[in-house]
Amino acid sequence: MKAESRERRRASFWAAVSVHLGLVCVCAGYLLPFIWMVSTSLKTGSQTQEVPPQFIPHPWKWHNYLDVFTHPTFHATLYTRNTLVIAILTVLGTTLSSAIVAYGFARIPFRGRGVLFGIMLATIMIPFPVTMVSVFRIFRWMDLHTAAWWGPDNALQMLGTFKPLWLPAWFGSAFNIFLLRQFFMTLPRELSEAARIDGCTEFAIFWRVVLPLAKPALAVVALFSFMGVWNDFLGPLVFIQRPEQYTLALGLQAFQSRIGGTPWQLLMAASTLVCLPTLILFFLAQRTFIEGIATTGGK
Amino acid sequence: MTSEERRNFFKGMAFISPWIVGFAVFTAAPIGLSFYYGFCDFALTAPRRAPLWTGLDNYQQLMHDVVFWKSLRNTMYYASMALPAGMLVSLGLALMLNARIRGQTVYRAIIFLPSLVPAFASAMIWMWMFNPTMGVFNMLLGKVHVAPPDWLGERLAMPSLAFMSVWGVGNTVVIYLAGLQDVPRELLEAAEIDGAGTWRRMFAVTLPMLTPVIFFNLIMAIIGTFSILAVPYIMTSGGPNKATYFYTMYNYDEAFKYLNMGYASALAWIQLAITMVLTGLAFWSAKKWVHYG
Repeated sequence: MKAESRERRRASFWAAVSVHLGLVCVCAGYLLPFIWMVSTSLKTGSQTQEVPPQFIPHPWKWHNYLDVFTHPTFHATLYTRNTLVIAILTVLGTTLSSAIVAYGFARIPFRGRGVLFGIMLATIMIPFPVTMVSVFRIFRWMDLHTAAWWGPDNALQMLGTFKPLWLPAWFGSAFNIFLLRQFFMTLPRELSEAARIDGCTEFAIFWRVVLPLAKPALAVVALFSFMGVWNDFLGPLVFIQRPEQYTLALGLQAFQSRIGGTPWQLLMAASTLVCLPTLILFFLAQRTFIEGIATTGGK
Repeated sequence: MTSEERRNFFKGMAFISPWIVGFAVFTAAPIGLSFYYGFCDFALTAPRRAPLWTGLDNYQQLMHDVVFWKSLRNTMYYASMALPAGMLVSLGLALMLNARIRGQTVYRAIIFLPSLVPAFASAMIWMWMFNPTMGVFNMLLGKVHVAPPDWLGERLAMPSLAFMSVWGVGNTVVIYLAGLQDVPRELLEAAEIDGAGTWRRMFAVTLPMLTPVIFFNLIMAIIGTFSILAVPYIMTSGGPNKATYFYTMYNYDEAFKYLNMGYASALAWIQLAITMVLTGLAFWSAKKWVHYG
């Protein structure tokens, strides 16, 4: 009996060692791109061209991080401002509208609810590339027709502005609605019943009783939709043409693709800066992230 | 309907009305319109001219379109590497990260970090890592005296992109880890008492209990893989010699470069059909391998 348990302990010791070994190797690989990015961002221009390349910059050129903001063709401040404008409008819109819709799906038993909810879930599976061309056409159609009806001065002006990027967010997004609905379902019914007896309207119950309790779930939605905008490349690529309206994604891509001699140290410094906000958000709100992703996995 | 039911119906509709409008304008209408446009010839920028009905012309042209088949084959080739690699690596990592060992939270954080990097930024980083003369991969290979390959050359570009995609599996790993929490401890303990070893417990208890989560991740991976655009667009812009020209790129180019609205709509519909068929296949096969309850 004793010998057996000792054997077992030894086996589990070696199992733990091999798991550690495996994870250390994988983690080293996963960290390598970060290390390479930061290392390059601190090199001088000529050092990035060295063959073979070195990991340790010599000298450490911290100034690259300032040069990113003063570079004549990469307008970091402008791109950040543009991205933030779209992000703020999207986060506000999708959080508010998705919460309203999710409340309807979670707390009001109405006829047809199941079917509509099923349709909504199915739309999660439609990738943006499938609809982007027609969505573009619809925005163009809105511009042309409102110009014809109300005169060119009163036309809607969708294309050429940021609206195609943030306006759809104000009509709820299927993914966020699903997430919030799951959360609303867990809130006790008695709360809304009590409020109803006190004479609250349905909207007041939603606004004053349910929403304040849903802050953690709303934070998840806000966080993910912020990251969605921050990381989006295809949306701006389709809907933004003028360089002064570029988001960070487009600005960085344009900076890189300009033919000949990409200044990699600046590009990597800019990439590091672009990664920072989400990394900081993650370390501040790790639990929100992890629980949010877990919920989407059908928990 | 009783008056109570009617009241609830209107209340419910009022609450979900934002989604109904959004669904109509930004999902249903685009899909319906692109179905119609797929049978038409007209330019994206056309003023209010009505689309010209050309019947099956676009689809017939597609059948003989070399670029269409090339981009479709490319996408399938990429998916055939990136899908299985991503599924296996994420599941394997999740199982390792689920072991109760010291430093677990640190390991978990490190593997999740790349999921936070925007696709366009990771495209920049990896381009620079893959650089044939000044990149880190060939520097490391040089240290062990291996001839440096041309990572983003015609032959290797696609496998390189698939390799790179594994870096971003952190999200999937987190979903697996959440699923692993739900594997009942009693079942694992019962199996252990019955004499099942670590591997046996994993294949007979843990993995079967995890199949719904595996299924969910598979569906998400299929949809994600077939709509990839940002990374290859930035890293290779479809080259060299169209070796990484993805289906979504062709769709984008037809619409916004050549302004062929009709042709692009036909392409979009075929993508929708392919995605639906593949997810349909996954759902159909689920009956055979997914355990619910």
